[in-house]
Amino acid sequence: MKIKTKLAPYFYILPALLIVLVFRTLPILSSFTASFTDYDIGGFHGFVGFANYARMLSDARFWQSVLNTVFFVLGVVPAGLLIPLFLAMLLRRKLAGKSFYRTIYFLPVVTSAVAISVVWTWLYNPEAGPINQIITAFGGEPLLWLREPRGVFEMMLSPLGIHPKGLLAGPSLALVSLMIVSVWKSTGYNTVLFLAGLENIDETYYEAARLDGAGAWGTFRHVTWPLLSPTTYYVLIMSTIVSFKTFALVYVMTPPPGGGPLGTTNVMVFYLFQKAFDRFDIGYASAISVFLFLILLSLTIVQRRIAGSKVHYS
Amino acid sequence: MSISKHFFLILGGIVMLLPFLWMLSTSLQQGGLSNYVEAWTKVPFGRYFLNTMLVTLLTVAGVLVTASLAAYSFATMKYRGRNTLFLLFLSTMMVPQPVYLAPSYVILAKLGWINTYMALIIPWTTNVFSIFLLRQHFKTIPKSLYEAAILDGCGRLKYLWKVVLPLSKPVIVTVILFNIIGSWNSFMWPLVVTHSEKLRVLQVGLSYFNQEQSSNFELLMAASTFSTLPLVILFLFVQKRIVASYTRSGIKD
Repeated sequence: MKIKTKLAPYFYILPALLIVLVFRTLPILSSFTASFTDYDIGGFHGFVGFANYARMLSDARFWQSVLNTVFFVLGVVPAGLLIPLFLAMLLRRKLAGKSFYRTIYFLPVVTSAVAISVVWTWLYNPEAGPINQIITAFGGEPLLWLREPRGVFEMMLSPLGIHPKGLLAGPSLALVSLMIVSVWKSTGYNTVLFLAGLENIDETYYEAARLDGAGAWGTFRHVTWPLLSPTTYYVLIMSTIVSFKTFALVYVMTPPPGGGPLGTTNVMVFYLFQKAFDRFDIGYASAISVFLFLILLSLTIVQRRIAGSKVHYS
Repeated sequence: MSISKHFFLILGGIVMLLPFLWMLSTSLQQGGLSNYVEAWTKVPFGRYFLNTMLVTLLTVAGVLVTASLAAYSFATMKYRGRNTLFLLFLSTMMVPQPVYLAPSYVILAKLGWINTYMALIIPWTTNVFSIFLLRQHFKTIPKSLYEAAILDGCGRLKYLWKVVLPLSKPVIVTVILFNIIGSWNSFMWPLVVTHSEKLRVLQVGLSYFNQEQSSNFELLMAASTFSTLPLVILFLFVQKRIVASYTRSGIKD
């Protein structure tokens, strides 16, 4: 009887524990060990030390995927922060139709990334898609959108006779088209988070600001922004991680093989997916996974450091 | 002030809604409603729907059982290794799924589960985040309730079933909604672990349909419409709950 009671808690945990161990912890640890092995379609061929990592250094396609991911994150995260913050500022306090707006903004959040990608592929279609039809109706030049490999800065500046090359050409229009969809999909979610953050700010701070004669900008700058910082910080981390993980949008809108025109939408998760499941190069794919994980981990640590000094918890 | 507010909010609303409206209007062009029939019969979407519903139902049921049991033990029992185990669980949330997708495939292959329902369901019959949410809530239930129940001769399992779970309905609803949305929309995993059409789930089926019919926009939009409809309807019905759940938890995808 006594042994039975002592063991009882473990029986409660056992089902969850088994699944976590076999389908989370084990594969996570395996991806670290696999990154030091030669493991392909023919099976395990032994340990190779840092060979997979050395191969990453000289793999141009890999570095292209890193650059594309960085472009993607740098584009999506600020836009995904500022637009929702603006909308949440408009939606706070009592407002007619508040829950109506919230419902509409939230619709893309619950819709599957695959369906959304199918729809936007049609919207972006260069020949018959609605976006180009609107552009031409207003007398503009139709664009290639998801099929355009040229960098957006290059496209904007070339009419002025300036032709930026390489990094300065910027992300391709194809990648920017994906960024737009990503921001569109996450706007409702981030808006709702900001809205919750704003509602947590005590009204007395605003009364004090009013008594001090602060204007709208002054109130935002000295009351809202600092007191909202825990939410801002949270949205920042979450959208960074989500942007790094982007897969479905890329896979469906710019399908394999290729990763978009001239590989310009080939982001890291897409690349490691191709290595793992088209080539079955598990060793190399694992090395890329570990690299991705380390980037995310260090970003989280750095952001936490900065937050430690900048975030105000009221 | 209020008018300029509504101006921007309506503008934002139009941007959010337009893609959906274009989807609907394109799906009704030319053939009208027959586009829906054609899309539905061209590939076995009925089968994909059933597969998705089966997977969603069983994973959500699995999560409810395994997560409430684990959360109950983490929240109310004292035993050796409890905190270590809890940390072990939490640590798996730190690593995004794509990072360990390839080794997961190898493990499933070793189990002989590639291209089976097992692969679609079993690994997702628990969810660490749900355990975390439930544990947080279970901890708020006063201990005196438990002591009183024990005096009445109520066992631990019975106490969980008769007292703890009924007191946790809002959190349980959150857990159910989350896992429904996650399961219904999951794409990368089923894409990797199944090959045959018989096992295909809705998202994977839609993605293949998109590649096969890439210029048949009426059919594609019809398929997108009926694929998103169930979740959109669910969302419209329990909108407040879902929004609150997302806010509370901060997990998406």
